[in-house]
Amino acid sequence: MKYLDEFQNPELARRLLGEIRATVTRPWALMEVCGGQTHTIIRHGIDQLLPEEVELIHGPGCPVCVTPLAVIDQALEIAARPEVIFCSFGDMLRVPGTDRDLFRVRGEGGDVRVVYSPLDALKIAQQNPHREVVFFGIGFETTAPPNAMTVYQARKLGIRNFSMLVSHVRVPPAIEAIMTSSSCRVQGFLAAGHVCSVMGTDEYPALADRFRVPIVVTGFEPLDILEGIRRTVRQLERGEHTVDNAYPRAVRPDGNPAARAMLADVFEVTDRSWRGIGTIPASGWRLSDRYRDHDAEHRFSVGGITTREPAACRSGEVLQGLIKPHECQAFGTTCTPRTPLGATMVSSEGACAAYYLYRRLGSTPTPLEATPVV
Amino acid sequence: MCLAVPGKVMEIEERDGTRMATVDFGGVVKEVCLEYVPDLVVGDYAIVHVGFALQRLDEESARRTLELFEELGLLQEEFGDPWEAAAAREAIQAQEARK
Amino acid sequence: MSDTTSQTPTTAQGPRDLPTVDITGWTCPAPLRETPRVVMGHGGGGALSAELVQQIFVPAFGGELLAQLGDSAVFALGGQRLAFSTDSYVVRPLFFPGGCIGDLAVNGTVNDLAMSGARAAYLSCGFILEEGVEMPVVAGVADAMGAAARAAGVEVATGDTKVVEAGRGDGVYLNTAGIGVIPPGVDLRPQRVVPGDVVIVSGDIGVHGVAIMSVREGLEFGVEIESDCAALGGLVQTMLAVTPELHVLRDPTRGGLAAALNEIATASATGVVIDERAVPVPPAVANACAILGLDPMYVANEGKLVAFVPREHADAVLDAMRAHPLGAGAAVIGEAVAAHPGMVVARTPLGGTRVVDLPLGEQLPRIC
Repeated sequence: MKYLDEFQNPELARRLLGEIRATVTRPWALMEVCGGQTHTIIRHGIDQLLPEEVELIHGPGCPVCVTPLAVIDQALEIAARPEVIFCSFGDMLRVPGTDRDLFRVRGEGGDVRVVYSPLDALKIAQQNPHREVVFFGIGFETTAPPNAMTVYQARKLGIRNFSMLVSHVRVPPAIEAIMTSSSCRVQGFLAAGHVCSVMGTDEYPALADRFRVPIVVTGFEPLDILEGIRRTVRQLERGEHTVDNAYPRAVRPDGNPAARAMLADVFEVTDRSWRGIGTIPASGWRLSDRYRDHDAEHRFSVGGITTREPAACRSGEVLQGLIKPHECQAFGTTCTPRTPLGATMVSSEGACAAYYLYRRLGSTPTPLEATPVV
Repeated sequence: MCLAVPGKVMEIEERDGTRMATVDFGGVVKEVCLEYVPDLVVGDYAIVHVGFALQRLDEESARRTLELFEELGLLQEEFGDPWEAAAAREAIQAQEARK
Repeated sequence: MSDTTSQTPTTAQGPRDLPTVDITGWTCPAPLRETPRVVMGHGGGGALSAELVQQIFVPAFGGELLAQLGDSAVFALGGQRLAFSTDSYVVRPLFFPGGCIGDLAVNGTVNDLAMSGARAAYLSCGFILEEGVEMPVVAGVADAMGAAARAAGVEVATGDTKVVEAGRGDGVYLNTAGIGVIPPGVDLRPQRVVPGDVVIVSGDIGVHGVAIMSVREGLEFGVEIESDCAALGGLVQTMLAVTPELHVLRDPTRGGLAAALNEIATASATGVVIDERAVPVPPAVANACAILGLDPMYVANEGKLVAFVPREHADAVLDAMRAHPLGAGAAVIGEAVAAHPGMVVARTPLGGTRVVDLPLGEQLPRIC
């Protein structure tokens, strides 16, 4: 695919790695914020190719992982109702609630459907006027505009049987929470490129300044990731801490004004609980009062759910970058993608699942790993 | 988060008052909503996420980025090709395993 | 962009209480260790399917042949070695680009037999029809079955039909079983794989799965992508004519190449190393997977095989495959190794490595 394949070129990757190697003089801990970036890093083995001074800490940017348990339980309760067609992105189906997941709800007779786009759910609502169609609106600033547009369209077209269960989250407050945590080791950020495609970059200079960390807006292909790392390391080595854009082909400073305007109309900022991390002030979006008629939480009155999280897993620490997935006792033993203890093991973007799928080799030393690659 | 891929706008039409396009992703064609990037024209590339164009892809900028990568120093010569190195180790292991 | 210091508040709210993040106090989600009911993943050909078979079917049936869990059961009867296999087909939509449930049902069972080296001789077929399904649909499926059987040189010798109430089936479900004779000297089993064996795939992967998904997910293809559904008996005979010393064959259907390689690695207790650059993935498959967030290694095929061949025969077998129409795109993709037994490792184009795991259940479009 044009503009994808070129940014996977092994020869150019080699040059970028050479530059990083030539630049780095001492250890640095960088956090890639976005789960999509984690996926690319593990999928291509990029962390194995980096000089050992550069450590990548996987951030909390997997929307599936951080969706709070209470919201998952609400989703499960709504999805189990006979009048409901519950539509979701594929990744949410295996995320465990307190005692079941959406797959199990479907096995018990619930009408749970995987859609590619929220507009597909709206179409299902138009085709099934006598059913309640609910879309599970999760995601970061990238996914929020499509969901906002879908709610907007539902209201405009008067599709009354469509509603959305919203649990959107925002990146900048999460960066702030990570940096103010006493155990924080992060020295530089690869910011999530597609979040910035929507939101622009004007929320970041204040963070870079306050915490004295470089923040480099980074794309998702292997060369993009390497370029993000190269620019972050260069700043760190020079003692700089500015906001830099390493993904200019998709990110403008002011983002996408039309999308931001729609977000401001459909959503309002709210405190949000992040699974495994806790409540972060002003870190989420909920539907604004104007769109209350399409708010599934309101329509189905699913408050007062008692949730229960078990204690075994340390996904909170993984999400904060305090430990690597394989440093958790449960990793690969009691916790696997088949039997996830934490949401980070469920989503293919989750740091634990990514490690399990692509990096288990690293946790059991073999001759392949014994020799440093490159 | 945010699996978004670049595609080329092939055709644009209004549907139910919404600006929609057929977008080509290297031979795979999908319907995409253009409401957020209304000034896209046929032939432009866009970053598409869950059926929505979220940003125009700046082709000039992409070209410049790749040029920059091309110009980067050639220090890696001394490190050799990582793939060849790994394959060579694999061959040695295979030989040892057969012994 | 450079170092600007514009003070944009990150929130519209007043003074902020930042969360005190107490790491030791964090808790995690409940495990879902058991599935009390069948979920779709139990039919996905991955880990869930394997558990269902191991935990319920094998203990219930007993029997040594079943416990071998090959694509076919292989046994001696009347002085000949026979392969016997069965498969059920529940594909939606019934007709898809490049085929339909009918040719799928014939070719699937013929291929299961072929993977044990057997030439398919006879098939049975069971139709489960849904009340109300249109007669031309049934006729279309049956015609496709007949044509596929003739092409594969196999006879549909016995059959059965049942009808379920409207709403209790997807139009047509099919089951086929088949039986065939294994030529003397042929012994295809994963246990025969040894380090050094060369791994060959017979052509482009992921085509069938993407053709099906194109219909389900509303993807159109500039260049029409059609299912690769085909009977592989002829290709297998061509390969065996080079040498009967092939070690193991698999048709990477559900769960794709990843599942087939993992099954072989586990059963043979050898490691498998794949060069991702050598795996033939057509651009349309790669791009469809990029959009949906899927990995081509996990996408189903219906007319491809993967072979583990002794190194000394690899070149000759590859040449013979490439001379056959169903093996024209054959390629060496890796080898069996002594390291990491039971594990499949891919060398990425950048020179890193990744573990290619057994898929859990069905692959779902990943968007975020």
